[in-house]
Amino acid sequence: MRPTMCATRPASPATKTMISRILTSALFAGAAAGLITALLQLVFVQPVLLHAELYEGGDLVHFGAEAVSAHPDLPGMFAEPMRDILSIIFTMLTYTGYALVMVALMSVAQGQGHEINARTGLLWGLAGFVAFHFAPGLSLAPEVPGVAAADVGARQIWWTATVAAAGIAMWLIAFGGNIVSYVVAAMLLMAPHLIGAPEPATFSGPVPTEIGALFAARAFGVGMAAWALLGSFAGYFWQSESARADATA
Amino acid sequence: MTTKTLKASAVGSSILPAIFAVVLGLGIITVTGHVQASGLHDAAHDVRHATGFPCH
Repeated sequence: MRPTMCATRPASPATKTMISRILTSALFAGAAAGLITALLQLVFVQPVLLHAELYEGGDLVHFGAEAVSAHPDLPGMFAEPMRDILSIIFTMLTYTGYALVMVALMSVAQGQGHEINARTGLLWGLAGFVAFHFAPGLSLAPEVPGVAAADVGARQIWWTATVAAAGIAMWLIAFGGNIVSYVVAAMLLMAPHLIGAPEPATFSGPVPTEIGALFAARAFGVGMAAWALLGSFAGYFWQSESARADATA
Repeated sequence: MTTKTLKASAVGSSILPAIFAVVLGLGIITVTGHVQASGLHDAAHDVRHATGFPCH
């Protein structure tokens, strides 16, 4: 016979079902959106990053004695398979993390009577993009390797506070429903940028501004596509998991 | 209606699983995006740059 060692009350079936629904939907949505995002990043972002690394490592020198071609030979796709495979794995993990947060909040919103499906999920995804990517990136622009930047710890604190403020703001805009919540949301969105992000004391980046600007634009563009996919997938899987749970209940 | 009763009973128990999932999600994001241990940093390097995390 199995010894009874369970000191705490076991979770109710409803709680168990809710946990498994959130985890299942988030894993499917995060893995699918993460995989597509990783491939988009390898095609559109990685070549710009590798180009910047030629300047970071000193293989190319900006404003040296001779003009430098804007089109050097770059390693092709999957020239470093292990590096790219690690990037794919970490992108899928990161987007699964985002998905867990988003699906959990979707479950709360649905509990309050809001409809969750692939269509409304698209709005959730765009709100998530603003909260996790665009809001912090507005003052801490996505950086190519080699740029001058303030202490990483200080930037991480500012990044985290900005994501939290923007996340609350997006919730207030979506579900606040009155003028006070919209004003508070606007203040939460603006405050981190009025306070200001940690900035470097001097500019010492060796990477041409053209590459830096292209990198930031590509990172935002791919990020927006990624979050739109993540939101739609999360809404779709959450709705189908909910339908299945209702059918078997 | 049956579905309405089910939904109403699910509301009360929906907060704990949601909090658990949010904490788990933020934990994963912290590990992939922020932890500076050198092995992790090197493995996640390109993703951190492309996803807009402060990297180094």
